[in-house]
Amino acid sequence: MEAVSRRSFLKITSIAAGSSLVLGFNFLNDAVAGDIADAVFSPNAYITISNTGLVTLMAPNPEIGQGVKTSLPMILAEELGVKWDAIHIEMAPYDPKYGGQVAGGSGAIRGRFAPLRKAGATARQMLITAAAQQWNAKEDECYAEDGYIIHKPSGKKLSYGELAAKAATLPVPADAPLKDPKDFKIIGTRVHNVDNHKIITGQPLYGIDTRRPGMLFAMVSRPPAFGKKLKSFDDTETRKVTGVKNVVQADGVVAVLATSTWAAKKGRDKLKVVWEDASPLESTAEHEAAFAKLIETKSDNAARNDGDFDKALASGGKVIEAVYSVPNLSHAPMEPMNFFADVKDGKADLFGPTQVPQAMRSEVAKALGIPPENVTLGMPRQGGGFGRKLRPDNGVEAALISAAAKAPVQMMWTREDDIQGDYYRPASMSKYRAVISADNQLIGWHANAAVLTGGSATMRNGFPAAAIPNFRLDNHSLKSNIPTGPWRGPTANAAAFGDESFLDELAIEMKKDPIALRLELLEKAKNQPAGQAGYNIDKFKSVINLVSQMSNWGKNTNKNTHQGFAAYYSFNTYVAQVAEITLINGMPRVSKVYCAVNCGRVVNLAGAENQVEGAIIDGLSHALFSKITFDKGAAVQKNFHSYKFLRMKDAPLEVIVKFVPSEDAPTGLGEPGLPPIAPAVANAIFAATGKRYRNLPFELGAQKSAPKTRA
Amino acid sequence: MATYHLSVNNKPVTVTADEDTPLLWVLRDQLNLVGTKFGCGIAQCGACTVHIDGEAVRSCSFPVSAVDKSKITTIEGLSATGTHPVQAAWSEMDVAQCGYCQAGQIMAAAALLKRVPNPTDDDIDANITNICRCATHYRIRKAIHLAAKKGVKK
Repeated sequence: MEAVSRRSFLKITSIAAGSSLVLGFNFLNDAVAGDIADAVFSPNAYITISNTGLVTLMAPNPEIGQGVKTSLPMILAEELGVKWDAIHIEMAPYDPKYGGQVAGGSGAIRGRFAPLRKAGATARQMLITAAAQQWNAKEDECYAEDGYIIHKPSGKKLSYGELAAKAATLPVPADAPLKDPKDFKIIGTRVHNVDNHKIITGQPLYGIDTRRPGMLFAMVSRPPAFGKKLKSFDDTETRKVTGVKNVVQADGVVAVLATSTWAAKKGRDKLKVVWEDASPLESTAEHEAAFAKLIETKSDNAARNDGDFDKALASGGKVIEAVYSVPNLSHAPMEPMNFFADVKDGKADLFGPTQVPQAMRSEVAKALGIPPENVTLGMPRQGGGFGRKLRPDNGVEAALISAAAKAPVQMMWTREDDIQGDYYRPASMSKYRAVISADNQLIGWHANAAVLTGGSATMRNGFPAAAIPNFRLDNHSLKSNIPTGPWRGPTANAAAFGDESFLDELAIEMKKDPIALRLELLEKAKNQPAGQAGYNIDKFKSVINLVSQMSNWGKNTNKNTHQGFAAYYSFNTYVAQVAEITLINGMPRVSKVYCAVNCGRVVNLAGAENQVEGAIIDGLSHALFSKITFDKGAAVQKNFHSYKFLRMKDAPLEVIVKFVPSEDAPTGLGEPGLPPIAPAVANAIFAATGKRYRNLPFELGAQKSAPKTRA
Repeated sequence: MATYHLSVNNKPVTVTADEDTPLLWVLRDQLNLVGTKFGCGIAQCGACTVHIDGEAVRSCSFPVSAVDKSKITTIEGLSATGTHPVQAAWSEMDVAQCGYCQAGQIMAAAALLKRVPNPTDDDIDANITNICRCATHYRIRKAIHLAAKKGVKK
């Protein structure tokens, strides 16, 4: 990292004044100086070049830890032709000019790769035109490199700063040529997280770090169970707490506003709130009993129905059955829900964590009864998402409280509020049946799933669909007032566990190697497909073959280690994993995970590796420990003592991730690494112990420390 | 309400707070040292880890009245420039995803390395018990080993 001169530091931080969004000045070098207020060249919403050479790139999508604040500007920088260390990156606020600013569905890189390349290339082309005009030279004799346009025949060069004013007068070309990918200098390299320095030095970056003049801290009393609603409250004792300034009611909740978070919490704890029953208070035991009935019932509308499963069932082949289940999960991002809101004079100023800024703006506007244009929304770096912030409830709540209290508020949730007031990964139960013919072929498959509140646990077009002639999927939704919603790798995270564990059971039953069985089925899907395959067979094979090679599959000579395999396709990305289990005093412990990924072209190799490593350990954490159950409408688990996560002692010592080289457009990466790990581990545990785990979490019991052998 | 004279990052500060106020909220809301994070409030996750006389302490469950004459160090005081070996290792290993828990992780690791300059994997397992929801554990372990190589002063 290069030093920043005092002058340039002051210049740059001066534009940051009043906004905590402007970040990354520590990347700038001494070359950046001069008057940044001078003419600038900004051919589109993403790029600004001042005549001093300061290049500012906007990161348009919310950063929730998936790395897009680094990887999206990499795409712009590549086509623009600048040095990564010499640019300035800003988190964009919400603005319709940035298009879909969503963090969800592993879609940011997928959706932005082509448009951001074009945005960068357009700016580069205009700078080339400006230089060619200045030199009276031909454009095709000029090229861009590291912030300069160079005239090839003469070697003359002009910096982007020198060209900015002139470029700004040119028409924006519609068809600027893109770089040949073989000339990429930034895309495909390892670029570290742009906020690393701020993170390691504890600088304000997150929603909860927001501090504004006159701001009050708010804590909110919400219904203690799904099915209850506010009847009345008495705030007499609350108002006696030192620091408490106000108590307001907003949309069925009671908010306490105070001069500190602690005073707000103490005040909230002293509220006497009466809640009344509004709808049934449900319990997990009831859901499970209902699931058990539903998985014995055929639905009227199969999610997929190839051939005739019932006929296959009656064919006299061997029938294998197993029931799999997954629990409700809370998202529990490390940063509890919060939002800053200042509502006054028919306008709302919002700042906080959300995965859906567009919906946030419109929902806040709707709740306040003001036009969306009157809502401004800035986004901080966010302490995790995992799907929790795909609904804008936090910002709406903060806005209503600010409006009711007529004060700027920083609304904070406690961890208990967060875990008990979530919408959850829907619990599900799936009955699997398969038919194996006399000549040892898989001729029938039926997954009959029952899922809470409109969720799904079947992947209609995923493997092994198309590979089995009689293939049926049913998906029953159990109506409930427990809210459910997307959680990292929605549907896939449940379906992968059942599908890939059951396939392992079938391989064992058929006396086939689990990987060989998958490859055999993929061949069938290619040569004699039953219905449509929603996946690319060659790409699927590419990851299976790579992980097989990486893990030395089938050639393990260490008696104490056992391997399990699983592969899954989600968000257009193919992932195959081998989990290695070591038995310590008979207790299985995941010691190593190998993972092969085909996600098309990798934009940021460092970020991509980090995402997949994290998805694997995240998936392992939930497979081993996490579940939310309900009793009389309330989540039984209230904080991290009972809603458990993996700690260092349970984490694998090694996680080895490789990407299949690809020239294809990038596909999703935030989520696809997660679904295969639970079945890979279940399959390894079976290989190690002969015990089949069919319910998540495994809850293996107190585990010994990690094995200390490294390959 | 009582008045407390504290030493935070080698600077004397005076605050007025209820005696049961967790140190975390004094740091964040009164001293504006927001690098120390709130994660659970019950000393489970370690996002709020600070040093009290060099020992890692979960400040969400440590009342300000119990600090007394002890020296408090927060992430901002570990080294403001990010040059402490643990911070440097975190940066080099590119550990962070969302980054929210990492201040606490860094403080926990720095305290461990002060006591055990060359920790084994067992030492790390036993002493680093913070939660990372992005699950960067693999890199945290590597970064601690790297920081040990760089050397942390006792």
